[in-house]
Amino acid sequence: MLEVRDLECVRGDHRLFRGLNFTLHAGELLHLRGSNGSGKTSLLRTLCGLMAPADGQVLWRGKNIRAIRDEFFNQLIYLGHLGAIKGELTALENLRLAGQMAGLPGEEDSLLNAIAKMGLAGREDLPTKVLSAGQKRRVALARLLAHKAKLWVLDEPFNALDVKAVDLLKTLIAEHVREDGMVILTTHQEVEIDTGKIRHINLDA
Amino acid sequence: MTEPSLITACRSMLARDLVLAMRRRADVLTTLIFFLIVVSLFPLGVGPEIDILREIAPGVIWVAALLASMLSLGRLFSDDYQDGTLEQILLLPHPLAIIVLNKVVAHWLVSGLPLVIFSPLLGMQLGLNAESIGILMVTLILGTPVLSLLGSVGAALTVGLRGGGVLVSLLVLPLYIPVLIFGAGAVESAAAGLGVEAHMSLLGAFLAMSMVMAPWATAAALRISLD
Repeated sequence: MLEVRDLECVRGDHRLFRGLNFTLHAGELLHLRGSNGSGKTSLLRTLCGLMAPADGQVLWRGKNIRAIRDEFFNQLIYLGHLGAIKGELTALENLRLAGQMAGLPGEEDSLLNAIAKMGLAGREDLPTKVLSAGQKRRVALARLLAHKAKLWVLDEPFNALDVKAVDLLKTLIAEHVREDGMVILTTHQEVEIDTGKIRHINLDA
Repeated sequence: MTEPSLITACRSMLARDLVLAMRRRADVLTTLIFFLIVVSLFPLGVGPEIDILREIAPGVIWVAALLASMLSLGRLFSDDYQDGTLEQILLLPHPLAIIVLNKVVAHWLVSGLPLVIFSPLLGMQLGLNAESIGILMVTLILGTPVLSLLGSVGAALTVGLRGGGVLVSLLVLPLYIPVLIFGAGAVESAAAGLGVEAHMSLLGAFLAMSMVMAPWATAAALRISLD
């Protein structure tokens, strides 16, 4: 359970939002909306603990995430604007190392499965710098499949994806939520995700 | 939820950085070639009198090593910052300082160790005797990791800043100076036939202290820089 209390976020001299409160339970999806510069990415980064809030706190199972970093990070996958994909490494190496650095036991089969499911079968041994932007995005998204985590925090996950990949990602998100996972995502487009409990927060409001 | 293994994490961090360095060999070679060229230019500029060269050799080699080490600092975190990997490193379920220490070790292996390995060649070029060359290598083995560790703090503080390179130099150069003084001083004492224990002890103390303190400072600096 992720709980946000009285969150205030400031960038430079500019206050992005304040007094933000919400609670996200297992099996829920939170859809953040807002115009450019309204603080969506800052909110996501604050929720992950990458940014310190100006005021308020983020609680994971009742404890401040800054106090239980390792425990919280173990249950979190964050996908930012940048895919965290190393161009010199192949898709498989990227995925394997990301898992090993998190200390997860990486079974080669499950990694290959994740890559295949993202539609990159046959390209797992190419350095990712030769892949297209959409394909790199797919490699980044394969992490969601390869490494099980309770909470997915996705910043504009549909960017650069083609229609098929968008559908696939929607299905993955819906499945994850149905299996009692939690997803927080931002999009600019309307995205219909076929799952029961969707909550919306509009940062412009 | 499986318990994440810190040892696997450290090992793969180290392996990852070494593999990346091997696939970007040009970057690694820049540091070494800079070091070799700077030292090799001295006999041409100063003149071929072996006595003068022998006298300035420790200082020249140490200054060149120091500059080469600083040249390589920019790469320590900037690539990872630009492609978003640094954010993911901050989100690893492990103590950041230990992860950072592994990154610095990998950085030293590709940028510091080659300097140590090639230093005897440069020592010979400048007319140092065998004993002095031995001492030179030991001081570099003790000293270059200190440069990498201290430099990592500066690199972490300036990651993502434009013109960060200049700022890193200003930040870390004052901290490098004691290492330079005692590193070059040890070789000079050896050449003059004096004992080097005091110099070596101090270099060892610098290494021990920076190994303990620098990773924590670097970890904190990274969290601030990415805030």
